[in-house]
Amino acid sequence: MSAQQSEETDRPTPAAAHHDTGEGLNTLASIARLYPYLRPALPRIVLGMVAALLASVVSLAIPLVLQRLVDGTLLHRGGDRYEVIGAAVAILVLGVAEAVLISLRRWFVLAPGTKVEATLRNGLYNKLQHLPVAFHDRWPSGQLLSRAVSDLNLIRRWLSFGIVLFVVNIVTIVVGFAVLFYYHWLLAVVMVVLSIPLWVAGYFFERKYHVVARRSQDQQGDLATAVEESVHGIRVLKAFGRGRHALQNFRAQAEELRGTELEKARAVAGLWLWLLMVPDVAFAVCLGLGVWLVSDGQLTVGQLLAFFATATVLRFPIESIGFLLSMTFDTRTAVDRFFDVMSTPNLIDDPASPKHIEKPRGELVFDHVHFRYEDSPERFPDLVDGIDLTVRPGETMALVGLTGSGKSTLTSLVPRLYDVTGGSIRVDGVDVRDLTLEELRSRVAMAFEDATLFSASVRDNVLLGRPELFGDDPATKKAADAQLAEALEVAQAAFAYDLPEGVETKVGEEGLSLSGGQRQRLALARAVAAKPSVLVLDDPLSALDVDTEARVTARLHDVLEGTTALIVAHRPSTVMLADRVALLENGRVTDVGTHSELLARNEHYKFVISSLEDEDEDDTGRTNENQNEEVDA
Amino acid sequence: MSTATVTGVTGEDRSDLSKEESRRIRQRSLRLLGSLIAPMRGRVIVTLIVVVISTVLQVAGPALIGIGVDQGLAALRSHDWAPLAWTAVTYLVAGVGGALSISWYTVSSAQISQAILIELRTRTFLHTQRLSLEFHESYTSGRIISRQTSDLDSIRELLDSGINQLVQGVLYSGFIAIAIFTVDWVSGVVLLCSLVPLYFLIRWFQKRSQKLFRIQRVASAKLIVHFVETMTGIRAVKAFRKEKRNEREFGGLVEDYRKVNADTIQLFGIFDPGLVMIGNITVAVALLIGGFRVASGSLAIGSLLAVLLYARRFFDPMEEMAMFYNSYQSAAAALEKISGVLEEQPSVPEPANPTKLDGAHGHVRFDNVSFHYKPGRDVLPQFDLDIPAGQTIALVGSTGAGKSTLAKLVSRFYDPSVGSITLDGIDLRSLSSEDLRRAVVMVTQEAYLFSGSVADNIALGKPDATMDEIRRAAEAVGAHEFIASLPDGYDTDVNKRGGRVSAGQRQLISFARAFLANPAVLILDEATSSLDIPSERLVQQALQTLLADRTAVIIAHRLSTVAIADRVLVMEHGRIVEDGAPAELIGGTGRFAQLHAAWRDSLV
Repeated sequence: MSAQQSEETDRPTPAAAHHDTGEGLNTLASIARLYPYLRPALPRIVLGMVAALLASVVSLAIPLVLQRLVDGTLLHRGGDRYEVIGAAVAILVLGVAEAVLISLRRWFVLAPGTKVEATLRNGLYNKLQHLPVAFHDRWPSGQLLSRAVSDLNLIRRWLSFGIVLFVVNIVTIVVGFAVLFYYHWLLAVVMVVLSIPLWVAGYFFERKYHVVARRSQDQQGDLATAVEESVHGIRVLKAFGRGRHALQNFRAQAEELRGTELEKARAVAGLWLWLLMVPDVAFAVCLGLGVWLVSDGQLTVGQLLAFFATATVLRFPIESIGFLLSMTFDTRTAVDRFFDVMSTPNLIDDPASPKHIEKPRGELVFDHVHFRYEDSPERFPDLVDGIDLTVRPGETMALVGLTGSGKSTLTSLVPRLYDVTGGSIRVDGVDVRDLTLEELRSRVAMAFEDATLFSASVRDNVLLGRPELFGDDPATKKAADAQLAEALEVAQAAFAYDLPEGVETKVGEEGLSLSGGQRQRLALARAVAAKPSVLVLDDPLSALDVDTEARVTARLHDVLEGTTALIVAHRPSTVMLADRVALLENGRVTDVGTHSELLARNEHYKFVISSLEDEDEDDTGRTNENQNEEVDA
Repeated sequence: MSTATVTGVTGEDRSDLSKEESRRIRQRSLRLLGSLIAPMRGRVIVTLIVVVISTVLQVAGPALIGIGVDQGLAALRSHDWAPLAWTAVTYLVAGVGGALSISWYTVSSAQISQAILIELRTRTFLHTQRLSLEFHESYTSGRIISRQTSDLDSIRELLDSGINQLVQGVLYSGFIAIAIFTVDWVSGVVLLCSLVPLYFLIRWFQKRSQKLFRIQRVASAKLIVHFVETMTGIRAVKAFRKEKRNEREFGGLVEDYRKVNADTIQLFGIFDPGLVMIGNITVAVALLIGGFRVASGSLAIGSLLAVLLYARRFFDPMEEMAMFYNSYQSAAAALEKISGVLEEQPSVPEPANPTKLDGAHGHVRFDNVSFHYKPGRDVLPQFDLDIPAGQTIALVGSTGAGKSTLAKLVSRFYDPSVGSITLDGIDLRSLSSEDLRRAVVMVTQEAYLFSGSVADNIALGKPDATMDEIRRAAEAVGAHEFIASLPDGYDTDVNKRGGRVSAGQRQLISFARAFLANPAVLILDEATSSLDIPSERLVQQALQTLLADRTAVIIAHRLSTVAIADRVLVMEHGRIVEDGAPAELIGGTGRFAQLHAAWRDSLV
């Protein structure tokens, strides 16, 4: 999704666009939950309203001056020049005052609006960072993004513009109509009656437009995805000669978007029709009536003139009511969505009274560990189904098993990316849930199969787990350089020095894009650089070519000498790193031993890890045992 | 300097273009624009006429009020209703007509801009697909995607609102100025004087806003990238305790974004009241001068009234007009870049008169072929190679030996620099891409999946495949098991979380895709590298039957693949150094015998 697009998404999902009659109060109650965030801003918002109100009063006063002038002097030939000058000066003063007041209104609400937005945004982001991985599994990042960007933008605009104008415009309309009644009741009645369709049209237009605009945005997103895929997958499309096929899909999607855009245009056209026609009808009627009233002596020319001028001033407030009402409902939805996230309890947090590991040795014990995903169906057994396993200090343990046997899941339980649903995991005798997250995660470092690099320099990415190495003094810098060099060497990632700006080259989303193998090696370097007492590697070499893999394995072997490590392995070469191997089948450890022991005694192990052709037994049948295979997350 | 320096996408990033070069680029993008508008010339003209009419009708209002007051009132005093009635009815008709025509205009202009957009989208998409791999590899995916997304968006923005605002705004203000001059030329002169401060205000606003919008876009993009990166990389964030640092970094970005938003709001907070102030002062001056003249009898009261009502409205469209310039500039830049991409020529062109190929046998021949990306640096020095139909070839050698390049030549991702490659005796360059792709399919290491279901992805190999064929293909390559265990089986969306498939599983799917395509020549470039061992074994078995009657070129680091090959080619530095049956080579003392021995050792 491009930045531009999401920035402009200022309308929340249509799902929340239903409003029954009692909704008004609910909406206000819902928005009122923002009060704690708003409190510091309230005085300025109120001042902004006052300024806006005064601006309205001034704009309504200008016609009054005109009326006085016309009726007092101009209608009588040879009228008083000084009165003309007086009136012009009065209008000049009022006009300047109006401009200044509008400016003041903006200035008053400026700070609170943007500050509240920033506070909400930081609050949301920090909350999201602390919510457990299970939460993020359920919520696609795009969803979260629209909450953090467009929803909060909407709230800001509502605060600094929507609510202010809503209150002020209603007051302006009431006062304005009172002034119209003061000029003449009959003309005022015509204006009142004819402004009702404008409110209705404005409101319904907004609701409809909202839905269509949302759809158009989704379709634009889909179209962008289609473009991205057609470019990223261009080798596949070319290899299979499916360019035409892709074009057809793209074209169909583009046509769909065009349909939606035209629907949008028709909705806008419908609104224009009402917004322009109704006031003109009202003006035409008032023109006829008004001139007649003047000729009849019930109205002066000055009053008629002032009437038209006032009615012109009132046009915008009247038109805006439907829009502002709709905006208020949208804001309510945005506030609800904000609190959806903010009120989610954080289930993986620091314990109330944390323990501390006095002498880290690096022993890792799995004690009757069970785990299942919250949303996994009843019929599936636990993904990790009672694992007992001890990794001794300094030992390297490989986890081997078919896809879906629970290897990756097991590794992610160690740094509490997920919490066990039964049993416990202990590091140096302490349950991981009794440690602060800070301590646990500084003792345990991980490298994942899908290597995530952040938009930062290679240096910052690799030294991520060593915050103490970020510093400008020469000693720290020297230590950092040494650590960086060592980690890059182990992971065979010396290519980093050849990047355009060496290890200061920015990588990640915003930086240079690296190949899968390069990213994996940097992620491995990061885990190594963290110097943890327990190193957890989830298939860290899968994207490397055989030559590189061999070199990394050789170097890693030395590093693992003194470190406790848990390694998910798919290949014999990775297994060779381990002192012992644990074989996983359907979430249980079915055998533990050295590679050669298992190779000698365990058929399933041979099936999983050995690619030699000499097994003639029908191994393929065994995969069927894994009926409830799930994809390793 | 010759204009050839800015052909195609070259010069896109340069800011030091000579006058001649800029002119060439501008002309190119204007030609593109012209070709997009040409088919709709008729509609464009009608739409312009309608918008002129609608604006005249909208502007008529105050003049009619003036007439109503001056003439209608006078006539009514002598009991003549007609002038007043006529004026009111005219007002009504003008109002309704104006509203109807503006709403027709809105739809019609949307139709025009949508037609332009869809044509431009399609052209760019099609052209991107036609451009050869060489272009894509040097231009990068990010840039070609931007051309088709954000650049097209700027054009869309201009067409959607920019042009409408400009046309309506210019006409509206223009007609109002004319109306004021018609009613009273002295007031017209007052209005003209107001243009001076207006000009300076708008120019100042444009400069500031253009700069601010740019900063705002950058700030919001940074914010979004950081946010998305955190959320998608949440595991790494947690595992490496990046939360605190993130909090600081993100807090900084939020503050930058807040500041530029505040600045932008402030800018409007000066500009908008500025317009109001100029408007009000103009009204006051018009009133002063007009008032004197009404008082002295040289101006009718109704005329003054009309002038006063007009004067305020004159300033209404100014904000939109000031904004137009911004969107115009970014759209123009976007169009220049797009026109550059469209000017690029594919280096692997479609033949003008393709030779027909029905039911290929799969006899591939390299005749005196050499290949280089840059002249003088041969990646593959001159060689000949004959692959009889039905033979399975294993390409072996270290990274960078030229194996993939050779594979890419067979599948015509590139054309040889010298010599020719033939399929069943026909030069690849004279085959239509349709025939070529039916006969030759390549599966690469990066098994790309398109959004959609697993079934959709397999069916890419044969778009009209039945569900049954899809399942059989999956079964044949050993992918059925894991697909069946996905939440929705074959209908599982590959991008949904529950359907997240591993690298190995992606490779199995792309294998099934190739199986379904059923080509005469199959090229596998590291296509099994991510499979776990049991899956790889299944694939090997499948390959035995799959490759029985077709030509195959297999590149694999893991030499287990070699077992199913009829013939092994060992490559080094772009040359074929060994060529023979696997058993023969293993038994020998050459490079392959060494490799094979080392590989066997690594297995136990």
